[in-house]
This record gives sequence, C-alpha cells and structure tokens, in this order.
Amino acid sequence: MSTFIAITISGLALGAVYFLIASGLSLIYGLMDVLNFAHGVFLTLGAYAGWAVAAHLPRLGFVAAVVAAAAAGAVVAAATEVLLIRPLYGRPISQILVTIGLDLALVGLLEGGFGSDSRSVAVPGWLPAVTAIGGERIPNGDFLALGAGLAVLGALTWFLRRTRYGMIIRAGAENRDMVRALGIDVGRAFTVVFAVGGAAAGLAGLLNSVVFSGALVNPTQGDQLLIFAFIVVVIGGLGSITGSAFAAVLVGLVQVYVTFYAGTGAGLAQLGNVSVVLVLAIVLLVRPRGLLGRAA
Amino acid sequence: MNAVEVSGLRVSIGGSQVLAGVDLRVPAGRVTALLGRNGVGKTTTLRSLIGLLPSAGDISVLGHRVSGWPTHRIIRLGVGYVPEDRDVFAGLTVRENLRIAETGPGLDYERVYDLFPELRQRSRQLAGTLSGGQQQMVAIGRVLLTDRPLLLVDEPTKGLSPKFVSEVVDVLERVRETATILMVEQNVHVVRRLAQHVIVLDRGQVAHAGLASDLDDDKLARRLLGVSA
Repeated sequence: MSTFIAITISGLALGAVYFLIASGLSLIYGLMDVLNFAHGVFLTLGAYAGWAVAAHLPRLGFVAAVVAAAAAGAVVAAATEVLLIRPLYGRPISQILVTIGLDLALVGLLEGGFGSDSRSVAVPGWLPAVTAIGGERIPNGDFLALGAGLAVLGALTWFLRRTRYGMIIRAGAENRDMVRALGIDVGRAFTVVFAVGGAAAGLAGLLNSVVFSGALVNPTQGDQLLIFAFIVVVIGGLGSITGSAFAAVLVGLVQVYVTFYAGTGAGLAQLGNVSVVLVLAIVLLVRPRGLLGRAA
Repeated sequence: MNAVEVSGLRVSIGGSQVLAGVDLRVPAGRVTALLGRNGVGKTTTLRSLIGLLPSAGDISVLGHRVSGWPTHRIIRLGVGYVPEDRDVFAGLTVRENLRIAETGPGLDYERVYDLFPELRQRSRQLAGTLSGGQQQMVAIGRVLLTDRPLLLVDEPTKGLSPKFVSEVVDVLERVRETATILMVEQNVHVVRRLAQHVIVLDRGQVAHAGLASDLDDDKLARRLLGVSA
C-alpha cells in the first residue's frame, strides 16, 4: 500500500509538470487558435535560465533560479507573439511553420552555445532528500512539483476569474471581434496570454529538470515533453484550463502506474508512454471534444 | 455636422463584392435607419465603419478619418456597437459582460440599471442562460455604460417578442436624446417611430437617402424595400 502511495504521489507530481506546460498551450490555443510548436523551447530556455542563475549567482538561492526560469519563459514567449505570431493571425499553417522553425532554431542556438551534453543544475540540499510518509520515502522534489502545479492552477484560476485581463481572455475565447468592438486592444491580451503561458512553461522546464531528470538540463528536453503536453491539452479539451488539470493528473498517473507495474523487461520500457496514447485514443472515441472542451 | 461620412466604401467577402462604392452621411444628433432587402450589405456597412471588415474607401467617424484604424481605436472615439445577434459573452455573467465594456469616459452603471432594471437582478447570471430579449438588454446596456456619442445598432428588435420590442424601442427613444444612432432595422414600424432619416441600400450601393417620411410614399417604399408603407 505504501508503495502505491509513493507511486501515486510521483504520478501526481509528473501530472503537475504536464499541467504547467499544457496550461500555456491551452490558453494560447483557446484565445488565439494558435498551435504553438515553439512552446517546448520556452520550457528549455526556462530550464537553462534557472541553471545559469543557480550556477553563476548561487548566493541568490534556488528561488531566484525558479523566478529566472519563469521570467525567461515569459519574455521569450511575449517576444515570439509580438515579432512572429502577430503578423500571422488568421494564417494557421504559417503559424505552425514559423513556430516549428523557431523551435528548431532556438534548440540549435542552445546546442551551439552550450553544447549537446546535459548541464547539471545546482539544487539545494533538501531537494534530492526524501520525506518518510507511512513508511514510504517520498522524494521532496515530488512535493515541490505538486505544490508548484497547484499554485499555478490556483493563480491561473484567480487570474482568469478575478482580473480584468482574465475576463478579456475568457470573452476573447468566445468572440474576439466583439471584444474589439467594445474598445479593447485584443493584441495586448494576446501578448499577456503568451507571457503567462511562457512563464508556466519556463517553470515547468526547471522543475522537470530538478525533479524528474536528475537535475540535468539539455537542449531537447522541451521537445520531448511537448508531445505529452499536447496529449494533455487534447484530452482535457482545447482551451480549458480545468480540463488540462484533470487530463494532466490522468496522464501522469497512468504513465507512472503502467511503467511501475509493467516492469522494465524487454519491450516493456515504453509501455507507460504507449498507455498514454491509448488513453488519448479512448477519450477521443468517447468524447471527441475532450473532457471539458467546448462543443464546436 | 455629420457623425459619419463615408465615400466610395467597397468591401469584398470571400471573393464577391458586397459593397460597391457606398457614399453616405449620418447627421449628428439624429437617428438614421439603414434599410434594404436581405443581403444588400447593411450589416457589412456597420462592421466596416468600425474596422471589423477590411474595406477600401474613405470613412470618417466623429470627425476623424478612421480608414485603416484598428477597431478598438475607432470604438474609443466614442462609438457603441450593438451587433445583429447580440453577441453577449455566454460564459460571462451579466455583470462581467457590462464590466468588459468599461472602456470610455462617463462610466455609469445606474444609467444602465435605470433603463434595464432586470439586469441588476440578473447581474450574477451567466449571459448564455438569458432569453433573447434579456441578451439584447445586455448588448445595449454594454454600449450605454459609458458616454458614447455615436451608436451603431444592428437589428435591435430581430427575433424579440412584442414585449421586448416595445422595451427596446422605448430605451432607444430615450437614448436618441443624447446620441447619434445609425440603425439597421427591418421593422418599418420601429423605423417610423425612431428614425428621422433613412438610407436605403441596394446591390451594394445607396439607392436612396432622405427623410424617414419619404417612406410614406407607398410606391417608393415598395420599390426600395419590397414592402408596403
């Protein structure tokens, strides 16, 4: 039983990281109909920013690395919206091509600047330690990821429900033209949404490195995670933050349970990933618009 | 003094020309009805005036040449737009639908609640759960929340029950004392009650512009609108 609890917490933590990535994707698609394939590199840049601060400014502490990761994601995402996406609204194919191109270019730049090998993030002593719960040793990193996921879910919900920008974003997801026709500069809201999504992605990048990747960052880590984030967004329902949260937990738990209980024998190592795709297929068959997606 | 002046307005949608050189003037402080058969470009004209559709030609709104301006900038000159299908935000409450329209000077919720007391009672209700008439109250309430000297109102009585038609017309009658109104309307009785001027579109151009009383001429009304006065 205690092992089951430990695996469950690990699955929830993984789900929290998926949620951090998927929430931005979902927001960006929900408001702007932009499928942002550069989202993975926002995550990678966030991880590298966190690594750089932890390595070169250790006096500032780990919190500064976390802030740097989120800030780097936000700045790069906002710049992407202003410089590359804004001229391409209403041209979805061009948006997809330009975001794929940006992803390839920035990954190439990171490889050119820092090499293809992974870099080790300096983490505080408490992070790799464990906390005993019910006789099971739970990694502190799992609690960190879980806490961050819950905090971002709470902050996003507050932002969307309680702030004027959140209201504009919800209205814009329904009818952009009408928001404009009330005198609101929707373009600014678009930039804010990209920045918020980028911040969550940057945070996810650093957390994934320190919790699930042995405190290592590498130039392609974002692209590896992006596919799972897209699956989460589709399962949750395009444009639904709450749906993304449920889907992220589902995907994280399924992946961890299957990986643990199927074992790591020959041919079984990828079963956890395959099971996620199966969940996606089942959800799409039963509920094509996702768990909480809007009807077309 | 004209609140709106349009010259040579041309709009194409999906490759077909909807407006083929519209010239019109909307006198300030008056109600002008934009009339015509279905599909002649009335809604297209309103949407073009506020930049929701790309267009060619010269457009002046409240003394500013606005051709090429983004929609939000034109609206912030003091323009209110009530669209044909209400377009309330279904997932937002009534209060949020009003709050989102806080984009100009003279913010006054009491003005809206005075005209539509029901909106105060339903302020926490999701707009998507309102009846058509109640949604029209929200759509009109949004543009009356702040001072907007020019209102573009697209078919305000379309699909409403007689009770709501009467209520909406009463409100527009009060509003016309303080604002210029350019209104698309199919209901001739409503036009007669509210409008002083009429502009009739046909085949993407202005076929007639004059006083609303021109429609008293049965022959003219039948020729322009296909209806008897």
